[in-house]
Amino acid sequence: MSTLELEEVSRWFGNVVAVNDVTMRLGPGVTGLLGPNGAGKSTLINMMAGFLAPSAGTVTLDGRPLYRDPEIYREVGLVPEREEMYDALTGWSFVLANARLHKLADPEEAARRAIATVEMADAQDRDIRTYSKGMRQRIKMATAIVHDPTVLLLDEPFNGMDPRQRLHLMELLHELGDQGRTILFSSHILEEVEQIAGRIEVMVAGRHAASGDFREIRRLMTQRPHQYTIRSTDDRSLASLLIADASTSGVELVTDSTGGSTVQVQATDFSAFIHAVPRVASRGGIRLLEVRPADESLESVFSYLVSR
Amino acid sequence: MNATVATLTSRSLLGRRRTLVLLLLPVALLALCTLARVLAGLDADIQRDLDGPLAPGLLGAFGIAILMPLLGLIAGTGSIGPEIDEGSIVYLLAKPLNRHSIVVTKLLVAIGVVVAFGVVPVGIAGVVLTGELGTVAIAYAVGALAAGIAYAAVFLLLAVVTRNAVVIGLIYALIWESLVGGLVPGAQALSIQQWSLAVVREVLGDSAERLEATAAVGFGTGLVLLLVVTVVATVYAGRRLQTLRLNDDS
Repeated sequence: MSTLELEEVSRWFGNVVAVNDVTMRLGPGVTGLLGPNGAGKSTLINMMAGFLAPSAGTVTLDGRPLYRDPEIYREVGLVPEREEMYDALTGWSFVLANARLHKLADPEEAARRAIATVEMADAQDRDIRTYSKGMRQRIKMATAIVHDPTVLLLDEPFNGMDPRQRLHLMELLHELGDQGRTILFSSHILEEVEQIAGRIEVMVAGRHAASGDFREIRRLMTQRPHQYTIRSTDDRSLASLLIADASTSGVELVTDSTGGSTVQVQATDFSAFIHAVPRVASRGGIRLLEVRPADESLESVFSYLVSR
Repeated sequence: MNATVATLTSRSLLGRRRTLVLLLLPVALLALCTLARVLAGLDADIQRDLDGPLAPGLLGAFGIAILMPLLGLIAGTGSIGPEIDEGSIVYLLAKPLNRHSIVVTKLLVAIGVVVAFGVVPVGIAGVVLTGELGTVAIAYAVGALAAGIAYAAVFLLLAVVTRNAVVIGLIYALIWESLVGGLVPGAQALSIQQWSLAVVREVLGDSAERLEATAAVGFGTGLVLLLVVTVVATVYAGRRLQTLRLNDDS
């Protein structure tokens, strides 16, 4: 089991700050690194992979600095974002070459195992140049796991994959994470991260915007306006009581075609609001039937972080 | 030396259209020399020239001055440049391999290519021109080898430090060595071509003067400079590879 640690890490290129004062600790399990393009995800992964020195701060694997130490690659596997490989080779030759470069005791067996894990045995004898994007991605994955690393870094691994391949890779990452490996993958597709990552690190404009599981991230953002949909035994009265409370900034009574109604509330203070709702309802003699966050999707959290 | 790195390098170096370009140059040299030989058979004056300074002149002007820098450029930059440009170098760098061993292996592959497509054809061209495997053929083959090694090392370094290695290499080989070196005597002293010609002169020995084989520097200076440039370029390329940026985000 390995732990990757970034301590107050910044990286700048000339006047451009790509990563700004990031501190994070990645342990066993699957962590998603989420952020829009240009958020600094690849820079961060390059530093974690030992290819880039931090301009400030430290990046360590089990306490050992990663930069300029080729020995770390015994522990670290990397799936780069870029597509290019040695296209004239077959999938088998390429994975075998990677096993040999790792100087494994039995490179053939390691290559066979890695190719079987990514389910590419049927296509292993074809030239890489004939592979689809998804197949290339899986062969890249095979090269990264051929030496059985404890840390796996994947830069946008779902790019170009069809839904079935995506699902397969998700299952594989789950499996590898469950085996106690430290896995970090970057993505700008929110659903991908939401579906597989036990933990999420959000990068926005080079900053570490949030950390934790999805709900934790949400709770961290107490200042964010939250929207709730509430059903109760007396929606109109509840609406008037809630708008009088300081924890809300807007209340709307929405009536649907069947004559039923809901109260949609914009809360300004998450913590105060969740305490206020039962208190206000109780005071008005109203029974709450349902209190549901209206914007629980990762998309809405992400949009908020980006616009912040 | 790493056998897997060597295999990957030679596959990517020889597996493309580059092989055709590599073949084109020695074929042109051999065609030119064969033509000279045929003409010599028809004309006694040409035969006399060929026995004198014409053969060394052709081998020096085409073999050492054009063929070797171009081959060194193609093999030196081609052994690592495309991998860096495409990003596939990451598969070598994300391995527990000494960066110097990667560079040395790639240099050896580049030298192999330079020998196969440059040194051997120069030797054969010497035999065709002189009609024997004599001092001239051997001297120019040895000079071509010295030049090829140094060019490959320098151009490999260029490919590691800049994405414009081919352009800079061409400027060096064609403008600095040929044009500036031809016009400014001092510039000749800073020329792999001239250092290699010093090696040629040394192997030619006493016949160098008669064959009008000249070099801007003495043998000792030429040899030391060739060694220094090759070693420094190789060591520095290894150091630069240790800190090579693969970043897309910047």
